[in-house]
Amino acid sequence: MKLAQVFTVLLSLLKFILNNLSLTVADLKPGQKGVIADFTDSKLPVKLLELGCLPGNKVELLRIAPLNDPIYINVNGSHIAIRRTVAEQIVLRPVEDPSRL
Amino acid sequence: MSTPVKVALVGNPNTGKTSVFNSLTGLNQKVGNYPGITVERKAGSCTLPNGAKAQIVDLPGTYSLNTTSMDESVVVEVLMNRNDADFPDVAVVVTDVENLKRNLLLFTQIKDLGIPSILVINMSDRMSRKGISLELEKLESRLSTRIALVSTRKHIGIDRIKELIANYQDLPDNALLDIERIEPEYFGRLLKLFPDENPYKLWLVITQDINFGTVEKARLKSDVLFKTKSEAELKRMQHRETVLRYQLINNALKGAYEIDPTAAKSFTSRLDRVFTHRIFGYLIFFLILLLIFQAIFDWSQYPMDWIDERFAAASDWVKNALPPGIFTDLLAEGILAGIGGIVIFIPQIAFLFLFISLLEETGYMSRVVFLMDRLMRPFGLSGKSIVPLISGTACAIPAVMATRNIENWKERLITILVTPFTTCSARLPVYLIIISLVIPKGTIMGISYQALTLLLLYILGFAAAIFSAMLLNRILKIRGRSFFVIEMPGYRVPLMKNVFYTVVEKTRSFVYGAGKIILAISIVLWFLGSNGFSEEFRRAEEIVNKRIDTEGYSAYSESYIEAKLTEFRNGTPVSPTTQPNAINLKAQQDSVQAKTAELRESARKQEIASFRLEHSIIGQMGKAIEPLVKPLGYDWKIGIAILTSFAAREVFVGTLATIYSVGSDQEETIKNRMSYEINPTTNKSLFNLASGISLLLFYAFAMQCMSTLAVVKKETNSWRWPMLQLGFMTVFAYLVALLAYQFIY
Repeated sequence: MKLAQVFTVLLSLLKFILNNLSLTVADLKPGQKGVIADFTDSKLPVKLLELGCLPGNKVELLRIAPLNDPIYINVNGSHIAIRRTVAEQIVLRPVEDPSRL
Repeated sequence: MSTPVKVALVGNPNTGKTSVFNSLTGLNQKVGNYPGITVERKAGSCTLPNGAKAQIVDLPGTYSLNTTSMDESVVVEVLMNRNDADFPDVAVVVTDVENLKRNLLLFTQIKDLGIPSILVINMSDRMSRKGISLELEKLESRLSTRIALVSTRKHIGIDRIKELIANYQDLPDNALLDIERIEPEYFGRLLKLFPDENPYKLWLVITQDINFGTVEKARLKSDVLFKTKSEAELKRMQHRETVLRYQLINNALKGAYEIDPTAAKSFTSRLDRVFTHRIFGYLIFFLILLLIFQAIFDWSQYPMDWIDERFAAASDWVKNALPPGIFTDLLAEGILAGIGGIVIFIPQIAFLFLFISLLEETGYMSRVVFLMDRLMRPFGLSGKSIVPLISGTACAIPAVMATRNIENWKERLITILVTPFTTCSARLPVYLIIISLVIPKGTIMGISYQALTLLLLYILGFAAAIFSAMLLNRILKIRGRSFFVIEMPGYRVPLMKNVFYTVVEKTRSFVYGAGKIILAISIVLWFLGSNGFSEEFRRAEEIVNKRIDTEGYSAYSESYIEAKLTEFRNGTPVSPTTQPNAINLKAQQDSVQAKTAELRESARKQEIASFRLEHSIIGQMGKAIEPLVKPLGYDWKIGIAILTSFAAREVFVGTLATIYSVGSDQEETIKNRMSYEINPTTNKSLFNLASGISLLLFYAFAMQCMSTLAVVKKETNSWRWPMLQLGFMTVFAYLVALLAYQFIY
């Protein structure tokens, strides 16, 4: 019993670390591209997916608004602007050398 | 074929759907409302090549049938309910060739509802520039449809659409996505329960929160099998559905839709570098705002003055042409004045919509929202609140309606509640007349005090809006996921035809919406002002004549006569010699006497009219509230005007005109008459700096527009909010005006 609990805790810790290490759309700099891997939260509005934010699709950060929010992206051909809080939920596929994006 | 074909026009926003609608229907369009809500219903008709007629309804633009706003819900309601008046025989889905992949999502959903659909691919004129190529036959077969490749800008393809509509019965009506693939077990059970229903339709009923005709949501929800799906699970299934749909679309487009990646979107991105620049972006926006305000306030003066003259002339004509009597009075002073009061705002409203429509058509409006969102959020507003706030400077009614695209309910509610604080055009006549009465002439750094005061009032309006928003943001406990998405379309040259139609439509809706109420109020006011039940009212002439004979003229009349005589004397120079306008002394004295007699007569008539008004129904109402307004520096006459302007602010000036010149034939301006008014307690001028500022502040903050309250009620679906607005704003206005008067005096 105890071992199982420890294991569960370790697993959530690992998840937490991975989440914070993972690259999201919010981390992109203007001009950088990425490929969508997953979402941190399945409560992401369906509308976002309908606009093309699907796992496997390419996303490019076009511009950031002067006050750092919202951000203007090109996802799967759709040019849309979203707030940072939503962008942070879109996880990208890890890349070896992010500076080469 | 006697019954017309019913066509529903659907599509994503920014696909040129409106242009397609305009091209199909020309001027045969009518704008109204869907029953019970303020979403506009645009319908029109056209003749098909085979002679039959088609009735086309332009449904609100939406990205998907999973709706996030009221506009979009209308689309689902119409398409799901076979008994709906607008339920179509055929759907025309408009897409944009550059965003075809995303646009097709809606298309697949509509096909899945079993509605025969025609695919319109618009903006074909941009294909070569973007390196796009299409294989229409492949697409037609893979998507089970017929395609019309269209360019509304070049007027190509519209006839093909009409042809396809005429032959709508040849369209395949099969579904594209096999819904069961979302979750086979769940849908298996669902279909067992409802074997005759369209499975996608059932799915929409479960996930959407709207009213339906045939399938009852309650029935479904209560079934024990479906209680097992939580919100989160349903959401996940919707995600899966979207993934499946895009797989379908990608497969359909493979080999049939090619984009040359090297033909980049350079024009738009170059412009964006300027328009969303951290400094220039805001500067440019500010300059554009300045331009809009210049148009609304400066340029529209010319048509407004013209309208004013025409209506005054018409009123005079009526009085002269028709026999005197109640009906003539009603027509000249009640009805014409009422209609005039509405028509005079048309230039400003039209200019405002012209600019907003231009900004939207070019695609610039999204950039404005992009720039402003971060600034508006601390106040509980959204970047999308900027359009309503700007529109509010012309009229709050269309402004409140423009909040429909704000997804977050709290942000939307706050925007609706604070927009009436922005200085609308109806406040201007009040501001202008009071400012010119009490603010001294003179300039500071080249700007006149009067202009400065006006500017300050505007800033005050915006400040009040922003701060109330902040307050409401703290107070209102409404949870809701704030999710904000806005499409950034490519910049394009606006199609003037669309702009024109939009301006005409919106102006028309303002005139009919606000117009009905204002007209009704004007007639009521006229009635209340020309009738009275008291003895004094009936015997007004007798009483006043007696009073004048015994006590002399009123202080007001005396000051008026004196001022007029001085003006007269100064205007006719006296000289014994040969100056051109000179007359000799005796002749001048005679003419002064004649003038005095004339003025006395006019003053007498004026006093009688004023007395009658004072004892009319509305006069008595004004007297009744006088103790309330005295501490603010007003008298019963202003009290009446404030009461009446609760119906519509601009009525203030009209009421004062009535109060100061009912029955008079003099063409004295209201302003002049008001300047002679004496405050009985202080025996000084009634309209002084203190009372003037108090009045200005009152009008800046009070909620005095029945029409706006009506629209707020419709948009928020309850009486609670408009009543709260009315209560809060009026109390606030009263307190501020009170403080101002007591403080300055």
